[in-house]
Amino acid sequence: MVSYILRRILSTLPVMGIVALFVFSLLYIAPGDPAAVIAGDQASPADVERIRQGLGLDRPFLVQFGTWLWHILHGDLGTSIFTNLPVSAMIAQRIEPTFSLMAITLVLTILVAVPLGVAAAWKAGSWVDRTIMAFAVFAFSLPVFVVGYVLAYVFALQFEWLPVQGYTPLAAGIWPWLQNLILPALALGSVYIALIARITRASMLEVLQQDYVRTARAKGLGQRNILFVHALKNAAVPIVTVIGIGIALLIGGAVVTESVFAIPGLGRLTIDAILRRDYPVIQGIVLLFSFLYVLVNLMVDVTYTLVDPRIRY
Amino acid sequence: MDRRTVLKGLAGVGSLAATGGLSMPALSQGAAARTLRFVPQANLANFDPIWGTQYVVRNAAALVWDTLYGLDATLQPQRQMVESEEVSDDGLVWTFRLRPGLKFHDGEPVRSKDVIASLARWSARDPMGLMLKAIQNELTAVDDRTFKWALKAPYPKMLLALGKNSTPCAFIMPERIAQTDPFKQIPEYVGSGPMKFAKGEWVPGAKAVFEKFADYAPRQEKASWLAGGKQMLVDRIEWVVIPDPATAAAALQNGEVDWWESPITDLVPSLKKNRNINVDIADPLGNIGSFRMNHLHPPFNDVKVRRAVLAALSQEDYMRALVGDDTALWKPLPGFFTPDTPLYTEEGGEILKGKRDLATAKKLLAESGYSGQPVTCVVAQDQPITKAQGDVTADLLKQIGMNVDFVATDWGTVGSRRAQKTPPGQGGWGMFHTWHAGADCISPAAYNAIRANGDKAWFGWPTSEVVEKEVTAWFDAKNLDEEKAAAKRLNKAAMEDVVYAPTGFFLSYTAWRKNISGIAKGPLPFFWGVSKTA
Repeated sequence: MVSYILRRILSTLPVMGIVALFVFSLLYIAPGDPAAVIAGDQASPADVERIRQGLGLDRPFLVQFGTWLWHILHGDLGTSIFTNLPVSAMIAQRIEPTFSLMAITLVLTILVAVPLGVAAAWKAGSWVDRTIMAFAVFAFSLPVFVVGYVLAYVFALQFEWLPVQGYTPLAAGIWPWLQNLILPALALGSVYIALIARITRASMLEVLQQDYVRTARAKGLGQRNILFVHALKNAAVPIVTVIGIGIALLIGGAVVTESVFAIPGLGRLTIDAILRRDYPVIQGIVLLFSFLYVLVNLMVDVTYTLVDPRIRY
Repeated sequence: MDRRTVLKGLAGVGSLAATGGLSMPALSQGAAARTLRFVPQANLANFDPIWGTQYVVRNAAALVWDTLYGLDATLQPQRQMVESEEVSDDGLVWTFRLRPGLKFHDGEPVRSKDVIASLARWSARDPMGLMLKAIQNELTAVDDRTFKWALKAPYPKMLLALGKNSTPCAFIMPERIAQTDPFKQIPEYVGSGPMKFAKGEWVPGAKAVFEKFADYAPRQEKASWLAGGKQMLVDRIEWVVIPDPATAAAALQNGEVDWWESPITDLVPSLKKNRNINVDIADPLGNIGSFRMNHLHPPFNDVKVRRAVLAALSQEDYMRALVGDDTALWKPLPGFFTPDTPLYTEEGGEILKGKRDLATAKKLLAESGYSGQPVTCVVAQDQPITKAQGDVTADLLKQIGMNVDFVATDWGTVGSRRAQKTPPGQGGWGMFHTWHAGADCISPAAYNAIRANGDKAWFGWPTSEVVEKEVTAWFDAKNLDEEKAAAKRLNKAAMEDVVYAPTGFFLSYTAWRKNISGIAKGPLPFFWGVSKTA
């Protein structure tokens, strides 16, 4: 297992190398010019050109790519064109909010979606099943930003229970930290709750028709024991797969949620960097995200061995 | 590794987080009242007001760096860091003396050498600074508080140049920082103004913090825009960047922020209904909407085509697309200068007045020989102002029979594409939309958009000797009457050549909670004199 994990981690290096080359090339050919954004609307074309030269953006592609790669190999993600701050420092500033949002969303999703899916499968065809599935269709159909606005209007503006925007670090305490994340996590999680509830239901329905479940019933095991110990464990592989995909998708979802709730996370940093053409920041974030994607896939594969002893690497 | 190990590990992490975070800091009522939370118009992505000339950088910089002179609400430059000035009879030598007791944020006194280095850096980037540099003999220190600027020719607008609020302003920095190449970013932020920049708390894209500078020596006069006594009544100002307008509106209503610089018009009615919120016009100098045509390439290299577009252009259509039905927020602008300012004139603006004349427009177009070649109209969709204007223009061009190649893109792309001088079919452009702060259009001083000096002109590169002659006449004017006369001729010439197309004059709102007082109307948010009660 350990050698498998090491091999998988090593295999991320060529993947990230290809991603780096692809992203760098894409940004190079993409329209837009950070020098023009920096210079401001009143700047003359000559000013824009001087700034471009100052940033080294007038150099040939291979020179720019080589310089960047050389720095990456030395563990240096570069410096933001705009803020003059190291990209690694900017990413470090933003990691906690994004990871907090993703963690809360994930926990919320699993805690809500899996029981809902199990209940729907258990009561398949009944009003419970139909209600849960209707909710799933509804939640799946609503865009995250719409759910976000509605939640903010109800729970922040009308009831004044929670803040509308911002982020408080975990170091300031559990409740202040959680306060800022509840609404964004609900908004971001609604789609995943719907998705995972449906997958859980489908997977459970299949398992509940297996012979060993009938045997368990015949042995007189309790319903809860059958559902959560025997059936859910065997239905877990597809659920874990979808949760893994969900984590990867959460990174994309965080971009919208962080904008709606003004959370200073990686999603907003990405958007800002793209709009301004802050190339070093975009490249740094993409490298980080590509590593995270690979890592999540690895975690999913490892989790398979925990829920299904037949799977070995 | 088995399931139990994993679960135990997860439980451990959870309990660690829980025990580590039970405490929370409480902001006392007094501290909250001394902290002003402000939502700026845009993200403060860099903090060098000479290198990056975006308005948001200028606005933040005005807190941190002081200027020698400051423009007041009557549009007159007043002494700020300067105690006195003298100009020789021939107008060639200016001698300035600094106020005593001026200090930088690192405790060092402000000396003439700092001013000289700051002015040298500023004059390499600012249009008025470049003019001064071109006629400069020498800029030297006489002593620590006195410096002399010797010129080859008189420059009557000297004080305006040093005190204007258009970007880049002549901010005074320590010599070691001001010696940075003006086309590279400064490495540190040691200011001379009433607030210090808390670099450690800066999260670009999210937050910028300014703390009161205890050793700042404000003038004794009442504050007026960038002039007078910049008395800070709060200890800390937090700029909270909220990119989504609906979220910013909700945060203001919820009391999470105190002041929102630029609420979008659509949300103003709901803010006005809230009894805890004040809404008012932000800046009486407003903005001028515009689109620029590329004078280098067909079809807009022919003045008849440019006039055809102007003859058909309905400013009301543009303004309603921008600000909706609130007629208090806009007015037609048959000219180039900011309404209700001394140089405002409608000379030559008849083409923009009255019922729109599509027949004349079509006739002019036919006379130009326009044969249906595509007009590349580059429109930034991520800026509500440019998007709304672009949609109206596309319709306008179609109405007069032009073939529109509508390029929907983002502002970053417009920023680079508009700098291309190649023909539209080869990566260039035919027209793009923007807007100008009214404060920049009160005179030709900082009004790049009205210049018509060909290659050196702003994007679109218009060439008109008459326009340039009148710009020079304004700079040389000895009094307001001469300035007005030059502005009239300039307006007429710029309209005849269609240097650019003004789409109207519009205002915007600002909104703040009622426990905030002292907010002044002006071209930028002025924080001095603003106080907050708990």
